[in-house]
Amino acid sequence: MAKKNKNWLRLRWVLVLFLTFLASLSLLLFYLVQGKNIALLHPRGYIAHQQYSLMLFVVAILLIIGIPALVTLYIVAWRYRESNPKTVMSEHKASKSLVATIWIVPTFFMIVISVVMWPATHKLAPQKSIASENKPLTIQVISLRWKWLFLYPEQGIATVNFIQLPINTPVEFEMTADEVPMSSFWIPNLGGQLYTMTSHVNRLNLMANTIGDYPGSTPEINGAGFTGMKFTARVSSDADFNQWVKKTSQSQNILDQNSYKELLKPSEANPVVLYSDFDGTLYDSVIMKYAGSAEGHSGH
Amino acid sequence: MSEHKLSHHEEEADDRALFGFWVYLMTDLLMFAVLFAVYAVLHGNTDGGETGRELFKLPLALTNTLILLTSSFTCGIAMIAARKGDKRQTLLWFGATFLLGLAFLALEIFEFYELIHEGHNLGSNAFLSSFFVLLGTHGLHITFGLLWIAVTLGYILKRGLNRHMVRKLTMLSLFWHFLDIVWIFIFTIVYLGAFV
Amino acid sequence: MKELLVGKLTWESLPHQWWTIAGTLSFVLLGVAVAVVLTYTKRWKWLWNDWLTSVDPKKIGIMYFIAGFGMLLRGGLDVLMMWLQQALSSGNSHGFLTAEHYQEIFTAHGNIMVFFVAMAFIFGLINYIVPLQIGARDLASPLMNTLGFWLFIGGIVMVNMFFVFGGEYAATGWLAVAPLSGKEFSPGAGVDYWVWSLMISGVGTTLGAINFIMTILKMRAPGMKLLKMPLFTWGSLCSMMMAVTVFPLLTATLFLVYFDRALGTHFFTTTGGGDPMMYTNLIWMWGHPEVYVLILPAFGVFSEVVSTFSRKPIASYKSAVVGMIGVSVLALSVWLHHFFTMGAGANVNAFFGLMTTIIAVPTSVLVFNWIATMYKGKIRFETPMLWFLGFVAIFAIGGISGVMLAIPPVDFQLHNSLFLVAHFHSTVIGGVLFGVFCAYSYWFPKFTGFRLNERIGRAAFWFWIAGFCLSFIPMYILGLMGASRRLDHYDASTGWQPLFILMFIGGLVIAVGVALQVAQILASFIEKKRLLDTTNGDPWNGRTLEWSTQSPPAFYNFTVIPHVSSVDAFWSMKKHGLKKPVYEDIHMPKNTAVGIYISLFATFASFAFVWDIVWLIVASIIAIIVTFVIRGFNEDSEYTLPAQKIQQLEEARAHKNSAHHTAINNDPHHDMSTWELVAYLYKFAIDFVKNKKWRRI
Repeated sequence: MAKKNKNWLRLRWVLVLFLTFLASLSLLLFYLVQGKNIALLHPRGYIAHQQYSLMLFVVAILLIIGIPALVTLYIVAWRYRESNPKTVMSEHKASKSLVATIWIVPTFFMIVISVVMWPATHKLAPQKSIASENKPLTIQVISLRWKWLFLYPEQGIATVNFIQLPINTPVEFEMTADEVPMSSFWIPNLGGQLYTMTSHVNRLNLMANTIGDYPGSTPEINGAGFTGMKFTARVSSDADFNQWVKKTSQSQNILDQNSYKELLKPSEANPVVLYSDFDGTLYDSVIMKYAGSAEGHSGH
Repeated sequence: MSEHKLSHHEEEADDRALFGFWVYLMTDLLMFAVLFAVYAVLHGNTDGGETGRELFKLPLALTNTLILLTSSFTCGIAMIAARKGDKRQTLLWFGATFLLGLAFLALEIFEFYELIHEGHNLGSNAFLSSFFVLLGTHGLHITFGLLWIAVTLGYILKRGLNRHMVRKLTMLSLFWHFLDIVWIFIFTIVYLGAFV
Repeated sequence: MKELLVGKLTWESLPHQWWTIAGTLSFVLLGVAVAVVLTYTKRWKWLWNDWLTSVDPKKIGIMYFIAGFGMLLRGGLDVLMMWLQQALSSGNSHGFLTAEHYQEIFTAHGNIMVFFVAMAFIFGLINYIVPLQIGARDLASPLMNTLGFWLFIGGIVMVNMFFVFGGEYAATGWLAVAPLSGKEFSPGAGVDYWVWSLMISGVGTTLGAINFIMTILKMRAPGMKLLKMPLFTWGSLCSMMMAVTVFPLLTATLFLVYFDRALGTHFFTTTGGGDPMMYTNLIWMWGHPEVYVLILPAFGVFSEVVSTFSRKPIASYKSAVVGMIGVSVLALSVWLHHFFTMGAGANVNAFFGLMTTIIAVPTSVLVFNWIATMYKGKIRFETPMLWFLGFVAIFAIGGISGVMLAIPPVDFQLHNSLFLVAHFHSTVIGGVLFGVFCAYSYWFPKFTGFRLNERIGRAAFWFWIAGFCLSFIPMYILGLMGASRRLDHYDASTGWQPLFILMFIGGLVIAVGVALQVAQILASFIEKKRLLDTTNGDPWNGRTLEWSTQSPPAFYNFTVIPHVSSVDAFWSMKKHGLKKPVYEDIHMPKNTAVGIYISLFATFASFAFVWDIVWLIVASIIAIIVTFVIRGFNEDSEYTLPAQKIQQLEEARAHKNSAHHTAINNDPHHDMSTWELVAYLYKFAIDFVKNKKWRRI
């Protein structure tokens, strides 16, 4: 018995050591990420913000059930340890009410989460346009191997691996792909991602509410150059945006059939390119190129 | 009939084997389910090519259906004979099943040959890919079934019709009926479906 | 002509990168070393007769374990390479791996860990334990079992084949997403290796699963109704039921991928009317249930361990059974949560989010059930219990992050990020791997007849836990920072590098944990006399039938098939006193090499499919059919063990055991420590060399 107790004492020391380790790890992590851009916890857009609040809500609910459950588990394990003199053997089976409790408690919490989830999923559906006083902006997105091509149909300009957005303005991204495997369009600071696919138009609605430069990427693997398939989303004031459009429309580059063919060739870590004009039929022709796939796939 | 009596132990083993074979048939059915689902999704994706309505010859498919149904019937009679221990009748009716299966396979190959000859092959478009793979998989199963029948008949000729053989024949007939059922689905969904 | 002989295989495809050459060399050296030792010790015959051709599920179980552990090391090496790359490759530095090579490594890592580590361990456990728990002497079809095992080995061979014959493995992620895995975007042989390694091991899994369903449903000891089966058997049954449901889907899907690549069909292509989204659906219809195939037996293990170590029956047996069945049924209807972001409508997403949330209910019930079992128990804290307590903490983190990911709008942000990667590693490492570790430390005395070294075992546990925290807590944070998965390089301005370095350090700590596990087993073998189990095969005061047998059990498992009257069958037998056995004749299956031959031909065929070597495909398939035909009509696959012989065997064994029962000090406190082990090994090596001991082997 004495030795058993000694064993326990050692285990207790290990536990203390482990908790110290966890505490120092947390401190270290806190120090390392301090002042860094933790995109999901620092939302800079309307959608990202709501996704963030929803996430906090879900985590809170889960912790309300998770923490007491874990604490109970370890307390029970400790209280009924063999070396505790108070512990006696029993063939105790769970009572009916205990069995009912272990079913009802998780069911209740999952109902709470579901009740919130269902409407939130509809409200935050990426296809849904965002209501705002400002006139929405449309940007057509074509993912290529391995770069992003953006078309501003209303402004008549096009860009590669860079977009500028006016603040507090709903933006609808109409996304498709050309000669690239499924990719995903993601600007973590502004909101969640959506896949881009050939023959298919996916619509993603976002609205930025803080000025700044935010990184965008494809988190879905699409081949050798996928790591370098990054772009910057610059959120600016309306005036700055208009000025940028003006400046871009004076660029020497024009996106015609030839320069598009160039873009279709696989390339990695492409530099930013700005085009003052593009072929108006380009976007539709990219979709029509894969029309054989199926009717009813394109558009929603 | 062979005098061989099965012990309790052997009977249990037979029972288990048969049960296992049912589970196997279920997994095979699930594989076909995938191919059916794929066909259902892709049958409209002809990429500008001809559709099933323009390509399929219903009389041919109907003939094939009748042949396979008849083969299921002869297979059933063969099993009754086998359970009675009638070696001659068993051989006869399984032989008939074999020939009908062969006829089915020949017709199917003829159908494929015609389609491919007219330039409609596996790689033409998604519709034809799913058509050929679904029917081809069924045809491959029929081929294996024929092989199985042939080998089993050979063994019956050599060793006679004992209880072990009857158990093996039971599985074989299950397999054959299973292929018949799958074909009914193919006929309904692929052929009739194209003309609805 | 050359095309006819070797297909697409060329000299250029032979190994020429440093990693493939290193791989080839290490495989060749390993092979030569094993061959030399076997020849020197004259063990070839023993290996072939006693192990490779064995149909004994206990031996096959141990072979699964050995293969799985080898693959764990191989997959672990992959992780260290990946994490080192990520720790180095920031800003101007691009690390030591090229993008393609990095992508091949994480693809191989995923495939190996899921198919050849987790599945191997789970199948090994089920093989060894299930027949013992249900009071059976062998499996329903011993032949199918060895065939399934050898096909699994064929899969391992195929997944490593590129080291020897071809320059690459798939670089597509572990599920080879379409259309990336199509010929257009992945023209090399990598994806074909992927297809065929999963194909043959998948067929092996299906065969194994059918076999276990037959065994569990048809071969239980008299009196063992379904609701009197031990919970590990229940978990295995649910798991195998799911496996037979979803593995055919995988096989069919793999065929379609192969047809797209080899025959130019248009199933998942972007052109010709193909539909890549259909691939995503099909592969996840298999992929999601697959993780539950792995976790359900682990849940079973935890139920057994908690009950045994609390010395109480499980609090609510029916809740546990209903929970497991619930998980396995629900798991079939949640696959779409893997691609909420593909653009389905809100209703579809919400439905699958709801189903996923519901699956948390039976899972929570299982956890609460374990708490209720410990309540008012008398708990011992040997290593199996430690692994359980560690599992709950890590699995809780995995569960919480899992429900977060089940909420579609939240998933839009977390999908494909390192947060997701951290989530499923929490569930798979915390649940499956810790479940397996818990299982082997629980059943090790049953496998060998002696206890495990507790001291080193505890150290291994703490290293695992610490390493896990060091690697995966930073990974969760990286996900929140917007780091997506599978990156081989990132900008310095992101500020991610310190966290990636922490992850790499955590990986090293886990590696120490694995090394300590090896040390634990080694130390236990060294001290096996002192650690001998003197309790007649029942060291933990067990509750289920496997503890009623000798350790290790005789090849026929039970001299007399027990009659079962309650859930904790052995527990009530002990209470009511054990009866003296009356021996009867036993029918046992003969060993067979058919599994090895068929698997060998299947591997040849797979290799030929990868390189389009038509004659080899045809020859291998004919060889498989011929082998089947010969075996199928072989009616001489069993032999009878007469009662008298059993009595002799049992008496000899009892005599041998009683000789050992004298004064053995197996107090865990005296277990060898890691340092003592090192010192022992050092002395042993010196002695071995100096006194030329190899001559006496």
